[in-house]
Amino acid sequence: MERSSLAHANPNAPGRFGSEAVWGFIFVIPYVVVFVFVVVYPILYGLVLGSNPDSYRKLFQDPIYLKCAWNTLVFLVVGVNLKLLMALFLSGFFYNTEAWIRWVGIIFLLPWAAPSLPSIFSIRWMFNSEWGMINNVLFRLFGIDGPLWLVNPTLAFFLVILTHIWKYLPFWTLILLAGRMAIPKDHYEAASVDGATRVQVFRFITFPALKNLYITSTLLSTIWSVGDFNSVYLLTGGGPWDATHVLSTLGIRYAFNIGDIHTGVATVITALPLVIPIVVVLIRRLGRGE
Amino acid sequence: MNRFFRQIRLGFIAVLVIVWTCLPIYHMIMLSLTPQTAAFAGRLWPDNPSLENYRSALTRGHPFLAHFWEQLLNSVLVALTTCALVLFIASLTSFVLGRLKPRWAPVISNMALFTYLIPSAFVAIPLYRVMGQYGILNHPWSLILALVAFATPYAIWVMRQYAESVPYELDESARVDGATAPQIFWHIYIPLIAPSLVAIGTYALLLAWNEYLYAFLFLSSEAKLTVPVVLGHFTTSDDAPWSLMMASAVIYALPPIALYYSVRRFMVTGLTAGSVKS
Repeated sequence: MERSSLAHANPNAPGRFGSEAVWGFIFVIPYVVVFVFVVVYPILYGLVLGSNPDSYRKLFQDPIYLKCAWNTLVFLVVGVNLKLLMALFLSGFFYNTEAWIRWVGIIFLLPWAAPSLPSIFSIRWMFNSEWGMINNVLFRLFGIDGPLWLVNPTLAFFLVILTHIWKYLPFWTLILLAGRMAIPKDHYEAASVDGATRVQVFRFITFPALKNLYITSTLLSTIWSVGDFNSVYLLTGGGPWDATHVLSTLGIRYAFNIGDIHTGVATVITALPLVIPIVVVLIRRLGRGE
Repeated sequence: MNRFFRQIRLGFIAVLVIVWTCLPIYHMIMLSLTPQTAAFAGRLWPDNPSLENYRSALTRGHPFLAHFWEQLLNSVLVALTTCALVLFIASLTSFVLGRLKPRWAPVISNMALFTYLIPSAFVAIPLYRVMGQYGILNHPWSLILALVAFATPYAIWVMRQYAESVPYELDESARVDGATAPQIFWHIYIPLIAPSLVAIGTYALLLAWNEYLYAFLFLSSEAKLTVPVVLGHFTTSDDAPWSLMMASAVIYALPPIALYYSVRRFMVTGLTAGSVKS
């Protein structure tokens, strides 16, 4: 008792807090070491590797690069927004309290729980235009030869986007569902007493409450989708004729298939004018919450 | 009547959701039960389903799978080591950031936030070279270190958010009784944040188990590969034994799915807590 009142009287007593400061330094050493050796140094080294202007000249003259830059943009604008709109809609569906909807929710998490490689390979084989299940079913039901899914660059890229959405939709639905759960129930009760329509409820209650979360999610998802290597590489390998590459797969192709590591790094660096502003905005938005 | 239409509408959405979710997974299982010779038939259900592919995968019945058991073991070891390191590093760091709160804490949390926001595929090329300089290419440590570096920031963030919700008074009274920082960490902090350790441990295990890109770049000799890299080899030709590959892929996919579903409650609350706050 006496000791505790003493401690409160003099919270800055030397020694004890001094030793906590020392322990603070010791405790963060493992993290700082990993950060310096596996994050900072490789990034600086990457900037050195990508500092040769010739690499960029070479890159901008390569039609594959131009196609790939366009693909990346389509992937981000269409893929990310479609995914988040679907997630917004489905979070409303899973917000319903019926017991059977919870079971649908459990099944719905499967793509996220399963590793990406097996599922993506399964999709790849399913859409094989000669032997795959989809075209076989189309033939049996309608007697038509289905499209050349992965042989046609446009269709193949469309499937890349669908695969990406398939994999990450559950995660974003959960995030937005958690956001909906945080909206006080009495807002909805008041709206229903006033006889508001579903559209009005969404427009005046749900959306204003979710707006910030939705924007943060869109930005975060954009950043992570730039780095989505698997959906492209495992489904199409960048083909046919290198027409479905995005920046992350094209960088790897230059660096490891062609053996030109400088151009590989340069490919990735050309995404920075897009990525850095988003990172800055996100650091502000996420840092604020802390 | 209104209730009736509501059920119809919800039912319709539910059917769409289930078909969309299950189709690729159903197809994977269906193909894994299809005899190798019938894999090109594109059936909805094989004529003669059999477990032959599974037997073959588990008994190294194909050159692609000559080291399947070792490779499963590699995957397990990489996942467990990554998980242990992430829990160790992130709990120490989050303790400093959330409890000791030194003046320089924001520097560390910004470092973590920065790492969290880098698309990890972007660092892959220089990181490959750097791992070569460290002399650990084709060694599991190269993969483990990369995974740890990219998993800890999120782990720190979630643990810290979680730590804010547990009472600080316990630390205070322990301090008053003369407890040192390591004692507070071990006897008070760790038990209090235990639920988030389950979520983060699972997150790290799944991340490591699923990682393809880094494993594919860093590891090269057959006996050191992890399972996803081996499965990736099957795509080198279109006449590869796809149904055998699917059987091995199902074997590989089952542990993470089982783990995920067994700790689902922790995952959902533990991992979404951080994101929703912003």
